[in-house]
Amino acid sequence: MLDALLEPWREPILRDALLEVVFVGLACGALGVWVVLLGRSYSAESLAHGMFPGLVVAALLGVPLVLGGAVGLIVAALAIAAGARLRSLGSNTAVAVVITSLLGIGTVFALSADSPPGLQNLLFGDVLATSPSDLALAAALAAAALIGSWLAYPYLLTYAFDPSAARSLGARPRVAEAAFALLLTAAVLVGVQALGNLLVVAALIGPAVAARTFTRRVPPLIAAASALGVACGVGGLYLSYYADVAAGAAIAGLLVTTAAIAALAKARLPTSDI
Amino acid sequence: MIDARGLAIGYRGGPTVLTDVTFSVMPGERVGVLGPNGGGKTTLMRALLGELESRAGTFTIEGRQGTVPQTERSRLDYPVSALDVVLMGALGRGPWWRRPGRAERALAQAALERVGLEDRARETFGELSGGQRQRVLVARALMQDADIVLFDEPFTGLDTPSAARLTALIDALAAEGRSVLVSTHDVGQARAWDHVLCLNGRMIEFGPPEHVLTETVLAETYEHAVIRIPDGWPRGVTQSAGASARA
Ligand SMILES: Nc1ncnc2c1ncn2[C@@H]1O[C@H](COP(=O)(O)OP(=O)(O)O)[C@@H](O)[C@H]1O
Ligand SMILES: [Mg+2]
Repeated sequence: MLDALLEPWREPILRDALLEVVFVGLACGALGVWVVLLGRSYSAESLAHGMFPGLVVAALLGVPLVLGGAVGLIVAALAIAAGARLRSLGSNTAVAVVITSLLGIGTVFALSADSPPGLQNLLFGDVLATSPSDLALAAALAAAALIGSWLAYPYLLTYAFDPSAARSLGARPRVAEAAFALLLTAAVLVGVQALGNLLVVAALIGPAVAARTFTRRVPPLIAAASALGVACGVGGLYLSYYADVAAGAAIAGLLVTTAAIAALAKARLPTSDI
Repeated sequence: MIDARGLAIGYRGGPTVLTDVTFSVMPGERVGVLGPNGGGKTTLMRALLGELESRAGTFTIEGRQGTVPQTERSRLDYPVSALDVVLMGALGRGPWWRRPGRAERALAQAALERVGLEDRARETFGELSGGQRQRVLVARALMQDADIVLFDEPFTGLDTPSAARLTALIDALAAEGRSVLVSTHDVGQARAWDHVLCLNGRMIEFGPPEHVLTETVLAETYEHAVIRIPDGWPRGVTQSAGASARA
């Protein structure tokens, strides 16, 4: 049994993958809590998809993905702002139109015959192809996301609870929004490397939704969501190793299953003691 | 201290919903904001808190503001304890990166004690009763050491003992020299404050209750619909069920 548990980690590729999923689990798990508490699942998804063409262009040009992601986000934000000004489109519709178009454009680039191999990984990720520099970047981004969210904690807590009073309490809404957007971007970039643009949303939302059902305060909620994120990542790697399924899909599957089980368990509890 | 002159307020991308608001609140004064549902009471408070921008006029606010929002606007599913909510009042103290420590916790506990909730510190905010949640928010304003405290329809849905307790708390805040602004749609209550501000999409009148609470002003505040009640005070027909039950 122990041997079966340890066996995958004898391979260097899997050891790197293990580190990568730990970074993803911690960063996306923690930021996912704020996505859920602020009610921003839709924006988080838009953000992840909106940066996609930027990531593709960065990969094509060989510049750091972070740079591409950041430029992609700015372009997406500008396009959404422009779209929302058209009377005939509502702002939600504008987001949907812009994001879907950007995702489509990115996909055409990524899947075209003469694009270098590996671009598809931006869509579905490839934890098993982590280069040392990818790993270092993921570590740095995850550390930034975690330290940043520790510093921003009291402000985000106050702003998400009471946006109307936030300013008078010393948590300026614009600063809180900007901090949230920056931290979320860092977490999404960590996740995109491992899980790809489509599955990263599962790593953000799944653990937070699951942990929400059995915690009563925000600090334990963050700890539990990060722990679940890491556990699903590691579990997915085992599944991939022994059942021979794609690692990214296995991880995303576990994340979604965990959230669904937690929601069902809560719904079946007879009393409201949770 | 609040001093507003000719304020006009609207929502982003929408029409102006409140105009011509001129009033002032001095330290230690309790000012009632009277108006029908949709009259602009919440809008005024959100503007004072800096959430909405004024479209005309000016206002000066001196001092920190605490706020006790309308109960239907508070989040009951949010995972925080009563003490956590009070500690939000400590954000402005000290450098921005410093987390509240033992000293702040002691102050927060003392604030809860002042509102009679010392034994509820660890309870989940959303599981407290409406009156208790309001008092937690008053404790948060005390934690801020707010010079101005805004109450938005705090009496709606309170039973008589809770209402009496809240009135005593408001009087105590004013006695300490804090300015208190209390909105209500119940004319009977407005009699008790030092000044009354009548709103109905625009400012109808501002002054001491004995000058302001006249039939003419109330008719304008509640459009044309004013009915008589037994003790001789005219009331708007837009009053809540709670207010009718007390009448
Ligand atoms: N978020 C909003 N966006 C646009 N208009 C609003 C918003 N909130 C309130 N209003 C409008 O502002 C007016 C005043 O509302 P409000 O300040 O909530 O009244 P009150 O608190 O006195 O019941 C109403 O006509 C209302 O429809
Ligand atoms: Mg209101």
